[in-house]
Amino acid sequence: MAKTLYDKLWDAHLVHQSDDGSALIYIDRHIVHEVTSPQAFDGLRMAGRKPWRVDSILATPDHNVPTTRKERAHGVSGIQDPVSLIQVKTLDDNCDEFGILEFKINDERQGIVHVVGPETGACLPGMTVVCGDSHTATNGALGSLAHGIGTSEVEHVMATQCLVAKKMKNMLIKVDGKLGLGVTPKDVVLAIIAKIGTAGGTGYAMEFGGQVFREMSMEGRMTVCNMAIEAGARAGMVAVDQTTIDYVKGRTFAPKGDLWEKAVAEWKNFVSDDGAHFDSVVEINGADIKPQVSWGTSPEMVVSVEDKVPDPASEIDPVKRNDMIRALQYMGLEANQPITSIHVDRVFIGSCTNSRIEDIRAAAEVVRGRQKAGSVKEAIVVPGSGAVKAQAEAEGLDKIFIAAGLEWREPGCSMCLAMNADKLGAGEHCASTSNRNFEGRQGYGGRTHLVSPAMAAAAAIAGHFVDVRTFN
Amino acid sequence: MKSFTVIQGIAAPMDRANVDTDMIIPKQFLKSIKRTGFGKNLFDELRYLDEGKPDQSCEGRPINTGFPLNFPRYKDASILLARENFGCGSSREHAPWALDDYGFRSVIAPSFADIFFNNCFKNGLLPIILSEEIVDRLFKEMYATEGYQLTVDLAAQTVTTPSGDSFGFEIDAFRKHCLLNGLDDIGLTLEHADKIRAYETRRRAEAPWLFDVVK
Repeated sequence: MAKTLYDKLWDAHLVHQSDDGSALIYIDRHIVHEVTSPQAFDGLRMAGRKPWRVDSILATPDHNVPTTRKERAHGVSGIQDPVSLIQVKTLDDNCDEFGILEFKINDERQGIVHVVGPETGACLPGMTVVCGDSHTATNGALGSLAHGIGTSEVEHVMATQCLVAKKMKNMLIKVDGKLGLGVTPKDVVLAIIAKIGTAGGTGYAMEFGGQVFREMSMEGRMTVCNMAIEAGARAGMVAVDQTTIDYVKGRTFAPKGDLWEKAVAEWKNFVSDDGAHFDSVVEINGADIKPQVSWGTSPEMVVSVEDKVPDPASEIDPVKRNDMIRALQYMGLEANQPITSIHVDRVFIGSCTNSRIEDIRAAAEVVRGRQKAGSVKEAIVVPGSGAVKAQAEAEGLDKIFIAAGLEWREPGCSMCLAMNADKLGAGEHCASTSNRNFEGRQGYGGRTHLVSPAMAAAAAIAGHFVDVRTFN
Repeated sequence: MKSFTVIQGIAAPMDRANVDTDMIIPKQFLKSIKRTGFGKNLFDELRYLDEGKPDQSCEGRPINTGFPLNFPRYKDASILLARENFGCGSSREHAPWALDDYGFRSVIAPSFADIFFNNCFKNGLLPIILSEEIVDRLFKEMYATEGYQLTVDLAAQTVTTPSGDSFGFEIDAFRKHCLLNGLDDIGLTLEHADKIRAYETRRRAEAPWLFDVVK
């Protein structure tokens, strides 16, 4: 029978199927960070358990780490926030105690979990990958089954190497056609969320297929899969092709020699068969997608840069209408005001969505030889990992940002969720390349607008949103 | 895990769609390395008028008197009535921990986000899906009647209103069994340890690149 990519990944990891529909799925790779793991390690200790397979786990601190060079200079002990310090220190202690490989705060391999996994080859095609973080689906770009889990499940996977799961339904998001110039993977995924809503993918494993994804780079696919959760789907994925194989080759933890050939032969099977059944199919024409800017407090509240802020008066559903009114109030926006009239106070380029080298290059391209608008208080560029940072510096991109008046930081999650010192002030608007525009997410009272790296960079220069396609 | 059998309690409203886990428990409180103590910061940005800080006492903080959970009539609520896609966003289990620590035992909504839904069951918190129409009716009745109580019977899979109307809900047999008996799934999974080992042995032979590399 023809199978989807998800069906194949599921079948390949099925350890036990119960009559009641629940199953045990084997987990190949478990990525751990400081925020969602301490209680899991405590649970292991209390029950006198040890990790089932230590070599399946890779850890790195990312959510709490400071990003200024000054604060990073002294490693863990240099973290000023005492509560953050305890959390990062606790991860170090737990990894040391249980013998888990950890890229510690100033290790050159440290970075955001979802950037580090693929770039080191710790996450590979055909794997099951979990992490106590909802953006784990990023790894699905490799043709793997990757999704976020809660802390109890972090403990469960450590103790048993398995997850109790129930098979999800299959959804195909098919985007064909050619993307216009200046339209990026971030715009594609925001347009998908605009179309299906933040709950559109609930209960589904979401495969991204069609010409647009076949022609997309691996890093672009990661940006798209990263935000599957913002469309409600725990797992997003793209079938393995030559782009996948080329990306993985030579990475630190990727197989080498004869094993490489053997692995590639297995990985090439991780595609949906012709005629495989999807429970839901959504089709979008790639040529219709324009640069996107979110205006509200949910990722589905997003329109193109050419549009105006929507008017709640035109919404029939009363619950939705109230949400829109509340969102406009929180965001300090008027219905029908042009998106390009929204001024930005801060700019954040980074996060597990958009902090890879291609993102950094795209932003640098826009700001090259220009100056940040005086009205923009701060614009920070936070590379996703030590490796991204080193690559960007080797290309001289850091100098381009600094010359344009932007700040070049140390790797971490930073202002995406503002657990460290990087945050918005109340009422401030931010052009952000992150993934969530929830109330307070980037700082108490902060107002987030989700955009691509190029659009964020252009906003930093103009001081308000502009269409990067016509920005001179 | 504590077991869940029958609860009867005051229902309180969270009357908006897409309530995200950042709203349920803001990020600054995620710095705790414990599982408990999150209740006082549940819906922190809505309950209080100032910015909450970790490790801070909430006594004396300015209260948002317009937020329903602060209304005297919803004091001691143990059932939360909510709208569609409740618990979307981050996978933080601190969200069910905060709801539980505050005193909620069940959340009723037309739909939930997957990860949050899953996390609830690990903590003795029962998420119940009822149709939009029924949830809407419960909201209306709750608003109209001070002291409005619902009864949730897990074994019977029913939610019963004060007037005696009963609505059935669906739940996975495995999850129901675990909740009713307060079972921890690690112990249950380890009953299949032989199967896990057998799977591992086979995969080690077929795909050795998956093993002993990251260390």
